[in-house]
Amino acid sequence: MMARSNGAKKISALRRLPIGGGVILLLFILTAAFAPYIANQDPIRQDLAHTLAPPFWEEGGSKDHLLGTDNMGRDIFSRLVYGSRISLAVGFLSVLIGLIFGTWLGLVAGFFGGRLETLIMRITDMQLAMPFILLAITIIGAFGPSTMNVIIVLAIGLWPYYARMVRGEVLSVKQNEFVELAVIGGCGTFRLLFRHILPNITNTLIVMATLNFGMMIIFEGGLSFLGLGVRPPAPSWGGMLADGRAYLTVAWQLATFPGLAIMLVVLGTNLFGDWLRDTLDPKRKAY
Amino acid sequence: MLKYIGKRFFHSLLMIFGIMIIIFVVTHVLGDPVALMLDPASTKEEFDLMRHQMGLDQPLYLQFFVFLKNAIRGDFGESLRAREPAMRLVLQHLPATIELTLAAMIFTLFVGVPVGILSAAKPYSIGDRIGKLFALAGQAAPNFWLGIMAILVFGVKLKLLPISGRGGLNHLILPAITLGFFGMAAVMRLTRSAMLEVLDKDYIRTARIKGLSESKVVLKHAFKNALIPVVTYVGLLFAGMLGGAVITETIYAWPGLGRLAVQSISMNDFPVVQSVAFLASVVFISINLLVDTLYCWIDPRISYK
Repeated sequence: MMARSNGAKKISALRRLPIGGGVILLLFILTAAFAPYIANQDPIRQDLAHTLAPPFWEEGGSKDHLLGTDNMGRDIFSRLVYGSRISLAVGFLSVLIGLIFGTWLGLVAGFFGGRLETLIMRITDMQLAMPFILLAITIIGAFGPSTMNVIIVLAIGLWPYYARMVRGEVLSVKQNEFVELAVIGGCGTFRLLFRHILPNITNTLIVMATLNFGMMIIFEGGLSFLGLGVRPPAPSWGGMLADGRAYLTVAWQLATFPGLAIMLVVLGTNLFGDWLRDTLDPKRKAY
Repeated sequence: MLKYIGKRFFHSLLMIFGIMIIIFVVTHVLGDPVALMLDPASTKEEFDLMRHQMGLDQPLYLQFFVFLKNAIRGDFGESLRAREPAMRLVLQHLPATIELTLAAMIFTLFVGVPVGILSAAKPYSIGDRIGKLFALAGQAAPNFWLGIMAILVFGVKLKLLPISGRGGLNHLILPAITLGFFGMAAVMRLTRSAMLEVLDKDYIRTARIKGLSESKVVLKHAFKNALIPVVTYVGLLFAGMLGGAVITETIYAWPGLGRLAVQSISMNDFPVVQSVAFLASVVFISINLLVDTLYCWIDPRISYK
């Protein structure tokens, strides 16, 4: 009886760890880091003699091209492996920039209040009132597609969420006695913001950033899919999908695998983010 | 309540004004409309003439004033491609997008809510676990991939459904499911968690002690109270769908606003892009206003905040 309940305890402790999400995420991060050692082909080299080759387990496939080749004869597996670098980098950088910018404005708005707060929050509202994809295609239409522009546009789409959340949190943290005591103790504004208030918001920020990371990977894929994101021939998953669309009837592998990659990495991020939220930020519910 | 709605209405007008500023800044200050319209090989004189014709040599605040004056009348200029007023072109494409979005919303709600309720009624059962897996996958799968996979399976392999264009009801099925899939997964999870929370309340126990049947407890007592977060989320979801429609319409060659916007971007047809961005924002703001009003009506305490 005793042993059984111990076993059950162990299992429930294990269940609380983010094994599924953590392993998936780690796998993708390692793939991106060691891409040259994992990919067995050059992701950009074309081989017009061997276009649209099937994956190795289908008839006519070979171990040279594990998942087959695309319409230019490029190795799909190697492109997927290198594509992880683009997706993860775009996801990470856009969230980082959006977070820094939004957090800064949210801190300022929540802490100082007054007209500055009204101004910042009105701008936030306005931007949130514009469907994100439309804002993105308008901006990219004006500046032209590039990886850098995608990162900037995604960051522009994200900052209002951080500004709004941080402002709300600052308003509630400010009510605490320790803030008052710090002021009485002669604490300067800068120190108060970054040593006393910001640390109380960090957990919420981490959870939000993790969940946004997956979302930004999907958006990058979507923009590249529309031809408004990462420019070819760079192996972006969304761009690969767009290329594969025209060959659906003859080569299913072109469009299938990049999407699977996006889904897996986002699934991993979401699972990990859900776990983080339950652990770091238990007040917040699923939605 | 009227005062609250009036305030929200005024707020909405302010937001629309702000969106005009954003559109103006993006297109007039950051990008050069002339560079987009003229052939790059044109001479400097041609550029200057075009600038003058469009009033771009005027001071910025005057330009904004003119832009605003025209925008209020829905005049964003002529489409450079179709040679007709941009807004008229956009309005012609609006019904298709509304049709698609509504169909997707129906799919979202009619699948997401019942499955969420069933999941919550028997938590941690096999059905609940399958539902959860489905919801997790649905929230992770990008809709451009789902759409293409749906085309591959139902259009190319099984040849069951049409995969492009607008037409009868069967043309609507795949695009609506593609567009609604993410929302369905989210609504499913949201309904489940809201229901679980309500089912834990004292008045539910009271209802059970009274001897009401389980289905009555779940559907009449719990569901109604779990509805509020779902209604709020549906408002947000509409915004997401307006964005998602851009991709879904492109995949299925659906003749709506989103596809028009993408086509116009690739052809540098800026007046049309501006009109789409403006109209979509106005629709979105109106929906939000509607949801807030509805919310206020469901729960009158809100207006006193």
